[in-house]
Amino acid sequence: MISAVFIYNQKGEVLISRLYRHDVKRSVADVFRVHVISSPTSVVRSPVTTLGSTSFFHIRYDNLWLCAVTKNNSSAALVFEFLYRLLGLGVSYFGRFDEEAVKNNFVLIYELLDEVLDFGYPQNIEVDTLKLYVTTESVRSKNVVEAPLPQSITMQATGATTWRRNDIAYKKNEAFVDVIESVNLILSAKGTVLRADVQGQIVMRSFLSGMPECKFGLNDKLVLERDSATAAARGLSALTPVAPRGLGSRAGGMGGVGDGESVEIADCQFHQCVRLGRFDTDRTISFIPPDGEFELMRYRTTENVNLPFKVLPVVREMGKTLVEYEVLIKSNFSSKLSATNMVVSIPTPPNATKCRIKVSGVGKAKYHPEENAIVWRISRFQGLQETSLTAVVDLAPMAKPVPWSRPPIALDFQVLMFTASGLLVRFLKVFEKSNYQSVKWVRYMTKAGSYEIRI
Amino acid sequence: MMNSTIQTNIARLQIMKAKVLAALRKGENYELKTELNSEYKERRKEAVRRVIANMTVGKDVSSLFTDVLKNMHTDDLEIKKLIYLYLINYAKTQPDLVILAINTFVKDAEDTNPLIRALAIRTMGCLHVQEVLDYLCDPLHKCLKDTNPYVRKTAVMCVAKVYDLSVDVAEDNGFVESVREALSDSNSMVVSNAVSALVEMNDMSRHHDVWRLEANTVGKLLTAINECIEWGQIAILETLVDYTPRDEKEAENICERLLPRLQHANGSVVLTTVRLLLKYEKHVHRADLLAQFSKKMVPPLITLLSSDPEIQYVALRNINIILQRHPKLLSKEIRVFFCRYNDPIYVKYEKLDVLVRICSERNTEPLLNELKEYAKEVDMDFVSRAVQAISRLAIRYETAAENAIKVLLELLETRANHIVQSCMVALQDILRRYPRRFDSLVDGLCEYVDDVNEPEARAALIWILGEYSESVSNISNILTSFLESFLEEEDSGVQLALINAAVKFFLKSPQQGQTLVLKALQTATEKCANPDVRDRAYIYWRLLSADPNAARAVALAEKPAIELENVDLSPQLLEELVNELGCVSSVLQKPARLFVYSLAEKAGVPRDSGISAMGLDDADSVAAGAGDAAGSSSAGIDASNEGEPELLISF
Repeated sequence: MISAVFIYNQKGEVLISRLYRHDVKRSVADVFRVHVISSPTSVVRSPVTTLGSTSFFHIRYDNLWLCAVTKNNSSAALVFEFLYRLLGLGVSYFGRFDEEAVKNNFVLIYELLDEVLDFGYPQNIEVDTLKLYVTTESVRSKNVVEAPLPQSITMQATGATTWRRNDIAYKKNEAFVDVIESVNLILSAKGTVLRADVQGQIVMRSFLSGMPECKFGLNDKLVLERDSATAAARGLSALTPVAPRGLGSRAGGMGGVGDGESVEIADCQFHQCVRLGRFDTDRTISFIPPDGEFELMRYRTTENVNLPFKVLPVVREMGKTLVEYEVLIKSNFSSKLSATNMVVSIPTPPNATKCRIKVSGVGKAKYHPEENAIVWRISRFQGLQETSLTAVVDLAPMAKPVPWSRPPIALDFQVLMFTASGLLVRFLKVFEKSNYQSVKWVRYMTKAGSYEIRI
Repeated sequence: MMNSTIQTNIARLQIMKAKVLAALRKGENYELKTELNSEYKERRKEAVRRVIANMTVGKDVSSLFTDVLKNMHTDDLEIKKLIYLYLINYAKTQPDLVILAINTFVKDAEDTNPLIRALAIRTMGCLHVQEVLDYLCDPLHKCLKDTNPYVRKTAVMCVAKVYDLSVDVAEDNGFVESVREALSDSNSMVVSNAVSALVEMNDMSRHHDVWRLEANTVGKLLTAINECIEWGQIAILETLVDYTPRDEKEAENICERLLPRLQHANGSVVLTTVRLLLKYEKHVHRADLLAQFSKKMVPPLITLLSSDPEIQYVALRNINIILQRHPKLLSKEIRVFFCRYNDPIYVKYEKLDVLVRICSERNTEPLLNELKEYAKEVDMDFVSRAVQAISRLAIRYETAAENAIKVLLELLETRANHIVQSCMVALQDILRRYPRRFDSLVDGLCEYVDDVNEPEARAALIWILGEYSESVSNISNILTSFLESFLEEEDSGVQLALINAAVKFFLKSPQQGQTLVLKALQTATEKCANPDVRDRAYIYWRLLSADPNAARAVALAEKPAIELENVDLSPQLLEELVNELGCVSSVLQKPARLFVYSLAEKAGVPRDSGISAMGLDDADSVAAGAGDAAGSSSAGIDASNEGEPELLISF
């Protein structure tokens, strides 16, 4: 259990201090500042610092240090999960969570801290519930008209579906599903894939009345195989497709998303509204969604990753004075789609003085000495295209030559209507007592996680 | 004359400054006092805010106690919460004045708004003042039976706070009993808070007899867990750790009901579930079930590696422990542990350790290539760990040795100072492990004679030269040049290595080595200040003059095979840490009784052994904590690096 929570600014000044248990004094806040924040070694060697019997857990965000203190053998994972949840609260409440926001809203932060931990044990940290009764001034005035009764607030804060009020009503019932994938890659200098995986996130925005029961289906290999097995057993054709009824038209006819292929999901996690027991027995994803936006599930795939970009780099160090670059990038998805906001960061040695860069194809490249990199920006990159860059970098002579560590080339991009895993939403069914019609929309996006090409 | 005037002036100025500051300081509290008593509500509210702001930055506002309290009776929830916060901070310093606040508390505890009832009961518990206890009992009784679950879950937690303050009050009033009853509450949050409160009180009690988890409660909790929010799930899971199933059937049943938790988005739920599975698998004997547990555990553990870096770190430290229980668990997953360039350094260290641990003979090649990349990175400590990992792999797997040597030689070619040092030590270990297999490369190492500037690396190179003197073309010159700086050498390890090398060289080729060995022994015995070095030289000298064959038997004896230093935890510690998976102890990889004060007392560890009451002011504990977290797992082959231990053994 957590004995205290502190928030510091960059310099280590205490902005927020809340003690929960009497086994620590406020002065421990100074101990953390002295030993960690203003420690002369600039690199933090561990996010957990144990001094005597006191353990400090910290995370950093913007110009803030969030620190939790424990005096016993608490669960370290729990403390970090809590700190990140606290951070999420801050971001959700104030938009930006930085020193200024903390200083301007310290009263509210104390209210939140009083609510989310009791005697050091985390309580309800659901933003939506907290926003019902821990409110900023502006929100408060707006809510006056329809301020829910305290009774119903507390029911929600402790109820079986803490994440949803039961009196929600919409004229038009809609649900939006966003499939957002981050594709991670480490490619060796020789071009072999050392590691490629996809981390996906399914974010749902639900605007549905009442207490809707939702069922959600993906082209999960295990489910499809089972379905076809049962279909075959019933004497039906194993290939009968399950009609993706009701899904928005935007989902149809995308060249990028795998057609009919199934995906092997290595692992997935769900929002707490999903019934884990059901998933464990027959892989059905069923839930009563929270109102508004939430992360329904996270998943990971490692097999058959469609890498959206191939990068072929040649980097030659010519003696001690020159480095030559030839970087060729090919897009590896349907020509109907295109990547946007693409940034290719090509590292240069620290003693680089001048770069002569030539781009043949799309994008503009510029040398950024402060980042030790050539930054190549491509605002739009169509599928099945190539572009290349050549550069010659002059190096300043060094008194004591230190070999260049050759950091990897890093890519950043996003591709709409493309999933690197091949994942596809097959259906989203909504059942509610009143039997209303609902409209559902699906979008897909793949972006770069850590897309590294070694040189 | 002038000096003294200046000095008196300075002194006067300083006094003035102090006075002004004091006035200012007094001034602010004074001003706040007036504001707190203002007739306008808004000004009082602003004043309360400022008091709390000052309190946060550490200014003493305790003198405003009564003035703040005057504002307590208000309908404004924000003011109320702030004043409660003030009370939590200062109640202990002014226990007799706290009584002034009691009326409002008691009144609030009967408010129609459940949020206010809960707020009152929660805050009263936090005051930690004996005087309040008497007034707390009645409201607490009522709140424990409140119709609103939000109030009940707060009241249940409040009982633990009362227990902390006075065991007698908590037991005599039947509060503890009420919490036990709350385990059957219809609301899952009340249940999970009751579990936390009971565990807490049980730990605090002298005989640990407040509560024992019974079989029928286990079933209830396992049902409740499906309804609980994530934190409640963790509370229940942690309680189950201390439960011993009655028979195999029960253990199987519990494990099967726990498996779905592995799919939870909260990393702590996942780790605690893994901890339970590892704990209960002792009681399960069905091979198919055990295989299923292992299979289900792997993907969630790997998924933890894509969470936030701090959680990744905790996960990696724990994976390191789990692998010692189940060495084969992740052997197919080696690539997910490959470091990204931008991983925080503490994550990289842990990944490196796991990589070396799970590497099998089949995948040494991709790993060696990977380690070569790491060895070129900027962080010097990481580089030396990566190089060390290369030599560990070579020593463990004979088939990897040749590849490892190739990688090391490539790294040497970079000529980067810190890389050369680490590589030389690594090469010494590998050559020592596989004697006479890589003779041909030794001559090439002489290129780096001028690059080895750290004692350990220099001793390593000298050892290699002595051992393989016959394969080095201009050995005589090299050793002579080392000998010239013998006395400037600060490290006795290098001096010892040099004497040994000279002796070996002489024994192998007496003609060329004679002058050299004489010079070495002479310098060491006559001019060296270090007695160990002198003694070693004397022994060699006498041995050589008395019986060259005996000397040969000693110096050129077959060396005992070098073995990897055991980096595994002792079985007992491993057992302890598996039971505490996910906890601070698993991150530090030392048992909780060594750093948790209350446990230390129980285990009879004297207070001086690294635990001080606050334990925060001495710099030593920093090293014990922060250093250990990163350092304890560092894989080293220290035993083989200390010059020539085999000679000492032979004597």
